[in-house]
Parts: sequence; structure tokens; C-alpha cells
Amino acid sequence: MSLPTHHPGDALLMDYASGSLGEGPALVVASHAALCPGCRCAVAEMEAVGGALLESIEPDPLSPGCLDRLLARLDEDGPEPPPPVRRPPAPQRRAAADGPLLPEPLRSYIGGCPDALRWRPMLPGIRVAEIPLTVGSARLIRIAGGTGVPQHSHDGVELAMVLQGGFSDAFGHYLRGDVAVGDDTIDHRPLADPEGCLCLSVTMGTLRLTGPVGRFLNPFLRL
Amino acid sequence: MRIEPKTGNTVAESGCFRAAPVIQPDGTCVKPGMMGFVSAAVTGAATPHCCPATPPRHVRLVRWPVFAFNAVMQDSSSPAAEAASSLDDLLLAVGRRRDRAAFAALFERVAPRLKAFLRRQGCDAGQAEELVQEVMLVVWRRAELFDPARATATTWIFTVARNRRLDALRRESRPEIDPGDPMLVPDPVEWADHRLETAQSAGRLRAALDDLPPEQADLVRLAYFEDKPHTTIAAERGLPLGTVKSRVRLALERLRKVLREPS
Ligand SMILES: [Zn+2]
Repeated sequence: MSLPTHHPGDALLMDYASGSLGEGPALVVASHAALCPGCRCAVAEMEAVGGALLESIEPDPLSPGCLDRLLARLDEDGPEPPPPVRRPPAPQRRAAADGPLLPEPLRSYIGGCPDALRWRPMLPGIRVAEIPLTVGSARLIRIAGGTGVPQHSHDGVELAMVLQGGFSDAFGHYLRGDVAVGDDTIDHRPLADPEGCLCLSVTMGTLRLTGPVGRFLNPFLRL
Repeated sequence: MRIEPKTGNTVAESGCFRAAPVIQPDGTCVKPGMMGFVSAAVTGAATPHCCPATPPRHVRLVRWPVFAFNAVMQDSSSPAAEAASSLDDLLLAVGRRRDRAAFAALFERVAPRLKAFLRRQGCDAGQAEELVQEVMLVVWRRAELFDPARATATTWIFTVARNRRLDALRRESRPEIDPGDPMLVPDPVEWADHRLETAQSAGRLRAALDDLPPEQADLVRLAYFEDKPHTTIAAERGLPLGTVKSRVRLALERLRKVLREPS
């Protein structure tokens, strides 16, 4: 299986590792990292930067009795620790054999099957399903084969990760696991591959459409 | 980079935490100075690349002196054995044996820095102490998941604190990479050694952070202490996104380069 060739980039990976990235973009970065050993390794390195910063900071003594109070809480915890982590749900609940294989942590957010989500049409050939997050939302976008997304630019940053199929824009061809980062310097119109495209998408900041259709679309895209 | 605890300013001169590496002939404690060879490939979003298949070039057996961290944070009330143990050993003892003495020693050495870290992130003293206790409680419960081949104890505790803070202060869930996910594309087998190197390069990483140019250190500080993603930094500072991204890239290249140099 081929590895992704379009990556979120150092700045987003550092934001993710440091914890400064919001939940939506963090969902994209983490889902990409599940499919990309290189970015996973980079995240581990940037977490090591966090560890080094923690080691370098001047200690601030705790008030007396803090440790004793904590040890008392361990006793309340009981002798046996609770099971460490939840196991992920089965990868495929009822998706067809050719359905997309969703990695964690995305699977925990939407379950194994995107078809079970509430999809609504946004434009001819483009359907959207919202994914509620603890704060704000992300969305899945299905683009029918050969459909172009209207020309738009971004006031903030838009992240789109391919889950199935693919699309092309001025920067290349995006396949499963690839992340497209659209920011205010880019005015682009992605075109879906003939077999169509399923994407996870989040917007940091507002999206601004530039063409004549774009002005009409704007309210729909700002989900 | 050193962070002044009171002012929060980044101090450019290198602090007392810089310890020169000492190569020991026995090589019992492997501390190869490798930040990572793969990340050089993780560049800008518009730059396609292939993940490299070559293993790291420098694999050196270096024994680090006891970190300044460990040396200054010995707990006089703990048994000598605990005070002399590495943080990794203490955390492993907690994970494997539910060792309360080891946990207490770990707390004495880590909690004051965790508190300082959380205060730098904007918690008041009471909030920071409450969060430190919650973080250490999670450490107690999940210590068996700590894998010293993947991260140092301090790095692992950093990730616990990061997630706990997001939950408590931003009320956000943390979308986490799940290494046990069957859908995960596994690391190439030849990376196994590299993982260990990344886990053990902490001392060199601290030195490299001390040496970052101010404008790069500033970005690291804002991301890790001020909870600001690079897009926010760009907007607040009136800098083009591209400038912020390239500074982050330069900072991380620098960290990796220093760590890849033979000592
Ligand atoms: Zn990647």
C-alpha cells in the first residue's frame, strides 16, 4: 500500500504535538498520522520537544501535603487500576467491501460507516455530512467523479484529507491519506477523480468564495 | 531556550541545563543523539515527498550524565534507591508493580515542574496544583502503557498533561493517534531502532532548544506554553502564514540537525 505524499507540514504537526491545535484540525492531523508513519514519527519528536521543555523549566514547589492528598486518592482508586484504554470499535460495521477504511481517531467520531451519517446535498455532485466535535464541527464531503469544487480562497486555513478516491488541484494529485492545506495565499479549484472522492474537511477561520457562484455559495460552505 | 518562570520571557543564553554528552565505553545506557531522520521529509504541505526508507546514519552509544533535572530533583525523604533511579525506571516500577514508593519519588521530581509548566500555560497556583494531581492520577492509572522505547518518562508525562489540560481548560477532546488501531499503517520494521533513539535524545534536545534563534524559540514557546497554533501567531503578529511556517520548519530542522550530529 502506498504512503501519503501530501503532508500537513511541520507547523501543523508541531501545533498538534504541543496541544495548541483545535480539535477539528487535530482530528485531520491525527487521522493522517495513522496512515503516515513519517508524520507519526515527527509528532513523537515534537512531543519530545514538549518533554524537553518540561525538563528545562524552573520547578515551582507544590504546597505541603499535596503528595499526601494524592496518595490518599490512590487509595480511593482501589488496588486494581481500571482497564487502560478503550479498544477501538470494529473497523467495519457494515461498510461494503469497497467502502472506505476509516482510521482512528476518525472512526471513534463517526463509527465505521460514513453511509450511516446524515448527508445533505450542497451543490450538484457534492454532498456534506457534519461531524459534531466537542467544540465546533468537522465535515465529510463526497464529491462525485469529475465534479469541480467552485473556485474559492480562504481567510483562514482549510484542511482536507482524502479518505477514498482522490482529487487534483494546482499542487498535484491527492489520494487516500493525503492532506491538502488551503490558506489565504491559495486560490484553487479542486477537481475530483473519475471515481469520486470522500474527504474529511475542517476550516480554521472563515472560507471566502471568490467567483460569481462563490458569493452565492459562501453561506453554505461556512458550516 | 530557557523560559523565565516569572516573566515568561525567553532567555537566549543557555542555562544550567545544558550538559555536555559523555561517551562511556560500556554503552549500557544508550543515548544516541538522533532527533529523527524521517522528519526532514515532512516538509511543507505543497511539497510532495516520499517517506525515506533508509535507517539513520549515526547510531552511537553515548551515556549521558545524570540530567540536571534528575540531579536537582532528588527527594531527600525517599529511599536512596528511588532518588538515584531514572524517571523511566520509576515510571516502569509504577506500571509493572504499582510501586507506591516509586510513584511518590516520581511525584517529588516531576510535579514541581508540571506545576511550573501549567502556570506558564496560564493556570493560577491553585488550578495548577489541582491539575498536577489529576495528571499524576492518570499517570498512576495508565503507567503500564508507558513504553520507554517510544518516549522518555518526561515526554510521556508531558503528553498526559497536555491531554488533561485540553480536557480541563479548553473542554475539548483530544483526537489521539491510536497505535493499536488495525487501520494504522505500521512503521517500517527498520525504524524500530530509530524510535528508541528519539526516545532517548532528551539531553541533546534541551541543548538544541537553548540555542534556537529568538524568533524561532518564540514560535516554540507560543505553541507549547501559550496554546497558540501557528495560524493564530501569524494573525496576531501580522506575519504572513508562509513566514511563520518557514520559521517553524527552520526551528525543527535545526533541532533535528543538532541531534543528528555525532557527539
Ligand atoms: Zn505525513
